[in-house]
Amino acid sequence: MNALDQIFVSTGQWVTGLAPAPMRPYVAMALAIAGLMAVFGTCFAVATIFERKILGRMQNRFGPNRVGPFGLLQPIADGVKMLIKEDIVPFSADRVVHFLAPLALTVPVWLAFAVLPFGRNMSAIDLNAGLLFFFAIGSASELAVFMAGWSSQNKYALLGAMRAIAQMISYEVPLVLAAIPVVMAAGSLSLPDIVQAQSGTVLGALPRWNVITPWGLAGFALFLIAAAAESNRCPFDLPEGESELIAGFLTEYSGFKYALFFLGEYLGLFAVTALAVTLFLGGWQAPLPALEWFPSWGWFAVKFSALIFLFIWVRATLPRLRLDQLLSFAWKFLVPLALVNLVVALVWWQSGAWRFPAALELRWLLGAGLLALAYGWLGRALKSGKPVQHQYSYAE
Amino acid sequence: MLGGGIIQGFLETGRNFCGSYYDPARLTTVQYPEVRLAPWENARTVPFLVYDGADAIAGLRCTACTICEQECPAHCIEIVKDTAKRADYLGKLQLQPKVFNIDAMVCMSCGICAEVCPFDSIKMDQVYDLAGGNRSLILTLKDLSKSNDYFRLIHPTEAALVDAARAEEQRKAQAKKAAQISNLKSEIANPPPASPAAPVSDLKSEISNAPPASPVAA
Repeated sequence: MNALDQIFVSTGQWVTGLAPAPMRPYVAMALAIAGLMAVFGTCFAVATIFERKILGRMQNRFGPNRVGPFGLLQPIADGVKMLIKEDIVPFSADRVVHFLAPLALTVPVWLAFAVLPFGRNMSAIDLNAGLLFFFAIGSASELAVFMAGWSSQNKYALLGAMRAIAQMISYEVPLVLAAIPVVMAAGSLSLPDIVQAQSGTVLGALPRWNVITPWGLAGFALFLIAAAAESNRCPFDLPEGESELIAGFLTEYSGFKYALFFLGEYLGLFAVTALAVTLFLGGWQAPLPALEWFPSWGWFAVKFSALIFLFIWVRATLPRLRLDQLLSFAWKFLVPLALVNLVVALVWWQSGAWRFPAALELRWLLGAGLLALAYGWLGRALKSGKPVQHQYSYAE
Repeated sequence: MLGGGIIQGFLETGRNFCGSYYDPARLTTVQYPEVRLAPWENARTVPFLVYDGADAIAGLRCTACTICEQECPAHCIEIVKDTAKRADYLGKLQLQPKVFNIDAMVCMSCGICAEVCPFDSIKMDQVYDLAGGNRSLILTLKDLSKSNDYFRLIHPTEAALVDAARAEEQRKAQAKKAAQISNLKSEIANPPPASPAAPVSDLKSEISNAPPASPVAA
């Protein structure tokens, strides 16, 4: 069990040991980078085909089934198509920024994978402020999106980029606020430490994951909603809403640069999903001690795939929001609810010392009641808001 | 409940996802090259020419009158008349086309040619997988002429009406001819006093070399 669990770590150490001593840190670094790129590059290819197939099935269609058996070679066909397409740069575009934008999106996303623990002892770097690093790196994608929109010299691209900035900045707040109770519970910003803090069981049958607490459940939901918005996923994909903005900031991109943006968005989704697994679903921990024969990276892959499936399910189900709905949802609903969630977390920990019968039930009732109250009240306020009457000077 | 509609939506897509695997009736997609839908009776694509009998050239209904060529709004029909004539289903001598081309890329499937044709010769086809490498896809007389059986297959109602009308015309023509012949016989038996000689000899020759009525849609 241990050998299989540590197979990647021990193989990496063995390969590193082959190199001369002064080179070893660099070899280890290169191995980690190559491993991450290979695994998540493949994940990207697999995710595109399965997303299309699952979306198809959810709409009672077949999905792609022409290239290879069951259409499984579709990503290869798509990749070849993207590579041989003409790369068009608009005449009046800012060429340097236009060229740099896809790179500026993709590079930080790859960097974010460095701190995530994918299994026992399997994180490229164990930063003691890993979570902070993740959020700092993750917010760099906003710059890339605006670079793309601005340099394209296209009104659709610029409007799409401005929407994207408004959306990403707004949803950054609930994303971080939802993660704060986890940091407070673990007492550390290091992601391996946060996973370690979720080991063990409660009541002998339930894993001690953060999601199995009132604040954890609410935080998980808030985190997933904000994560979907951060990675421009449906129903928050209006920066590239094709019904009104052609393709948003991607309008003037074609060929391989477009593929890089596509890759960057998927990798951003993978990174933030992996973070959700780490923060709320116990990372690579098995649900029960009896299931620890399955390797830790396998458990991580299972939870990760389940969350990706959930995101695809959301995309198949929910229609796109309007921009004002999107922003009021973030500021009037998610942010206050995340703040209430902090209070719920506080109550949960303060009541941890209760030692009378049915204390756990009472704590759950208290936490869930507070959250339900806030949910109902905020939701009603959000629904009853009168539509804003806009005055357009050019329309008179 | 607040958010209940979202849950309902999730259940619906979830039902679709699971249902589409065990209930093939949910999947409405027709996988085209392998599976084809039967065309609707009134579907029309490009025109074709109907012929009777087995021989495409001898049984062609087209008389090269060029009405369709003149009426075609897209000018996609080109007809060259043949100098030779042949008898049609009523026994009348008619022209026939030497060249009959339709540019399928130009044709807009309006069906005006089929509507104006007085000989029920040009009708609308239902082939839809036509493709060409450039902007012209010329269908020649050989491609265009298709049997009356094919016409009955693709447009059964219209073909039945046409067949009935043609059979009726043929019957009337034969009855008229029979009446003429019996008149003539009676005239020969009791010639009128001042009958001119020439028409009689004309009709006599007509009786002897009357072409057999071509079978209409047997």
